[in-house]
Amino acid sequence: MSRRVSPSLIEVRNVSKSYRRGGQIVPVLHDLSFDVLRGDFLGLMGPSGSGKSTLLNLLAGIDQPDAGEILVDGVDITRLPESDLADWRAAAVGFVFQFYNLMPVLTAFENVELPLTLTPLSRRERREHVAAALGLVGLTERAEHYPSELSGGQQQRVAIARALVTDPKLIVADEPTGDLDRQSAAEVLSLLGQLNDQFGKTIVMVTHDRRAAEHAHAIKYLDKGELSEGADLLERSVR
Amino acid sequence: MQFFKLIARNALRHKLRTGLTVLGLVIAVLSFGLLQTVVGAWYAGANAAAPDRLVTRNAISLVFPMPLHYREKIRAVPGVRRVGTANWFGGIYQDPKKFFPQFAVDAAQYFEMYPEYRFAEDEKRAFLRDRRGAVVGRKLAETYGFRVGDMLPLRGTIFPGDWSFTVRAIYDGAEARTDTSQMFFHWDYLNETMKRRVPRRADQVGVFVVQIAEPARAAEISQAIDAQFRNSAAETLTETEKAFQLGFVAMTEAIVVGIRVVSFVVVFIILAVMANTMAMTARERLSEYATLKALGFAPGYVAALVLGESLAIAAAGGLIGIACTFPVAAWFGTQTGTLFPVLQVSASTTAMQLGAALAVGVAAALLPGRRAARVRIVDGLRAIG
Amino acid sequence: MKAIPLAYSVRNLWTRKLTTALTAGGMALVVFVFAAVLMLDAGLRQAMVSTGQPDNIVVTRRSAGSEVQSGVERPQAALVEAQPEVVTASKETVVLIAQHKRDSGTVSNVTVRGLSPQGIALRPQVRLAAGRMFSPASTEIVVGRSIAQRFAGTGVGERLRFGARDWLVVGVFDAGGSAFDSEIWGDVDQMMQSFRRQAYSSVIARLADPAAFDALKRRLESDPRLTVDVKRERQFYEEQSAALSGFISILGLTLSVIFSIGAMIGAMITMYAAVAGRTGEIGALRALGFRRRAILAAFLAEALALAALGWALGLAAASLMQLVHISTMNWQSFGELAFSFTLTPKIVLQSLAFAAVMGFTGGVLPALRAARLSIVDALRAA
Repeated sequence: MSRRVSPSLIEVRNVSKSYRRGGQIVPVLHDLSFDVLRGDFLGLMGPSGSGKSTLLNLLAGIDQPDAGEILVDGVDITRLPESDLADWRAAAVGFVFQFYNLMPVLTAFENVELPLTLTPLSRRERREHVAAALGLVGLTERAEHYPSELSGGQQQRVAIARALVTDPKLIVADEPTGDLDRQSAAEVLSLLGQLNDQFGKTIVMVTHDRRAAEHAHAIKYLDKGELSEGADLLERSVR
Repeated sequence: MQFFKLIARNALRHKLRTGLTVLGLVIAVLSFGLLQTVVGAWYAGANAAAPDRLVTRNAISLVFPMPLHYREKIRAVPGVRRVGTANWFGGIYQDPKKFFPQFAVDAAQYFEMYPEYRFAEDEKRAFLRDRRGAVVGRKLAETYGFRVGDMLPLRGTIFPGDWSFTVRAIYDGAEARTDTSQMFFHWDYLNETMKRRVPRRADQVGVFVVQIAEPARAAEISQAIDAQFRNSAAETLTETEKAFQLGFVAMTEAIVVGIRVVSFVVVFIILAVMANTMAMTARERLSEYATLKALGFAPGYVAALVLGESLAIAAAGGLIGIACTFPVAAWFGTQTGTLFPVLQVSASTTAMQLGAALAVGVAAALLPGRRAARVRIVDGLRAIG
Repeated sequence: MKAIPLAYSVRNLWTRKLTTALTAGGMALVVFVFAAVLMLDAGLRQAMVSTGQPDNIVVTRRSAGSEVQSGVERPQAALVEAQPEVVTASKETVVLIAQHKRDSGTVSNVTVRGLSPQGIALRPQVRLAAGRMFSPASTEIVVGRSIAQRFAGTGVGERLRFGARDWLVVGVFDAGGSAFDSEIWGDVDQMMQSFRRQAYSSVIARLADPAAFDALKRRLESDPRLTVDVKRERQFYEEQSAALSGFISILGLTLSVIFSIGAMIGAMITMYAAVAGRTGEIGALRALGFRRRAILAAFLAEALALAALGWALGLAAASLMQLVHISTMNWQSFGELAFSFTLTPKIVLQSLAFAAVMGFTGGVLPALRAARLSIVDALRAA
């Protein structure tokens, strides 16, 4: 079976999604179509409630659209059953959340190792990958510390190390700097930029911070379920 | 008013947790009450004892009989109104598991001394006329379906051979604590039969039941009776009926103590559960308590909120548990048949159940309440998120 | 299935120390009661079983529930003695005497056995612990270890008064924890005289060949001159404890089950709270690629770890009970019987299984709730 090798890593086709809120059905995304090219660093902005996190969840395979298809590296993830989707996520996607979502009872090392336990790698191989990932984010000497012993910025860098330890093609970040001070935010963003430039990772980042968005190569705006681009709509991107 | 509203709403915030905690309390209070009731059943005989009755037995032990002619000598002791004879028969009805007490008594005297056994006059007369007649208590009759006119066969253990009686009367207890699980038949019939089968065992009495005119002189009269038979072939020991019954309890003391201990263990189990619930709840609400303090409420108020919620849950569980105890005890009583003849939930048991529930409510709230009162406003407000 | 590391489940118990302690403590108490009841029953059975020798038989009057209730006339006893299968026989009389306990002063029934030197030989497990054995045809007595400990006036050199005579205690014997430890022994003929008895209570005999039991039993029980029951000594003593053993087991196990419901509720409350407090982590784990089953297993493992902790604590406490000795009236024989708590490997395993069931039942519903969360909801609720 041949796979289409296209310049697009992600192809979104006619995707719609709505939520039930208190008995009412609220449409969030309507008939959305767009592409994300390999090696892109895309920033997604828009007012709160516009559905940008929802869209991110769909791209990452942690939610399913009501209609349409999403192809990631040629694989239609909307057709995959939940168990296959779990395996796909483990291999193809890395997550960075606003509140880090590290396991408080695991050390930095063990947190980064967690995705690797889903692979057939041996313990020694896992250790090597984790060391490499932690080295990349500059936290090698913090490997045995628990999240409670790390600053916000450091925790987020551990989360980034976790996101890339399985060498996924796609990294999704939901407000990665939302909980950080200016300096830590800058460090995190430059790290993401480095992942994109040096390692060719495709990154889709949701943010409401214009300064963060400037680190991305392209920005799309999501408003009332519709995607648009361009600097001329910059004024509308205030939260 | 606002205080109670806060408590009620807070308790209902987490319905599943509160519901489970109440359920746990109900089970614990119910178990505690049942166990105490079972212990109470042990003392049923002693509680039903009358102050004007004494029991005379062979001084060596209950296993040894006394000669029948002792009766006249006891009767002659000043202060004695009546003397009755009773032998524990210990027969087997169908199979050993179907146990109930059986006594051979001289009916004319015995039932005069036990006015709490109530008879229908015609049934009593029929029993007195029939040498092989038997009297059964209401509870015993209900357990095995005995009716007036039925045959009651028994296989003798102490008094060997097969015995057969006719049920002539069913007696009811005057009070709830009267034992109606017993069977009585004529002592004369036992004696006649033993004269034929094993003559040297005839004219032997198990215990004499003695009714006295003045209960206050019980100790004095007891000693006077025993003095009659000192240095004879069968020395006697006379004591009040209550002391006699308590003697049995003392023999199985270890079991009674064990059950009492276990009944308190269950209280500790539920204390652990309750304390856990309150600790978790208080910890989750630390920021709210901090907010209240920031608004100006005193630390005592915050602690009282915790205590109030804990007590409300404990009271709910306690009251439901108490209410359930009565039907469950009644059911347990029918299931165990004649093993526990009197299974009454006493007022003191109910009081202890309530006390236990409230004690648990207070104890569980101590540490969390203190923590809530002491929370620094700054720390508490930061704990959001 | 790719599982979440066990360290995740176990370490979460360590972070909430108070909650873990209280929940495991509740379960420990239940395991304690469960194990203690089983140990008590095992101790009772061991006391009884060790009383019986494999090649001894006990002959009592038919349907007599115990030796005390039984009467075997002299001619009948002689007949039993004369049977070809019997090597040694002892005609014995067994009565109960009411004696005062040392500490509480309350009165309890003590078993007194009149036997012959043959009778002593039939109980090889009995050894003298102090003093000497009683002389035949004298009013000397020896007391079992448990009686010497618990009852007043039973020390070597003291006198007991019963049956209108004084009896001199000349020794204390150790019967290895069997029922004889709760008995007083003396000369059978002296006792019969003193108690004015004409008939013996029972005949104890050793068979040359234990396999000959069935034939002997048939012959004796169908002999029209005899009205006896013939039982192997082991079986006889087993039946002696049946009523008490049954009571202990049923009451104890019923209580354990009821208590376990309370402990399970405690575990459920704890685990629901654990799930509620970690929805963000659950969402992250699912996002990383762990399946629902892995989440379910992780929370079940946490509940089972709690139960294991409770089991260890409860069993440790229960094993301390082995230092405690119980003495109570055995309902069948009406006499005082001493026994203790006995911990067996079987009880260790049974209590482990019991704890595991508690942990599983308490943890399964919360674990299912954790597993059923949708990733989006879990991340949002964090």
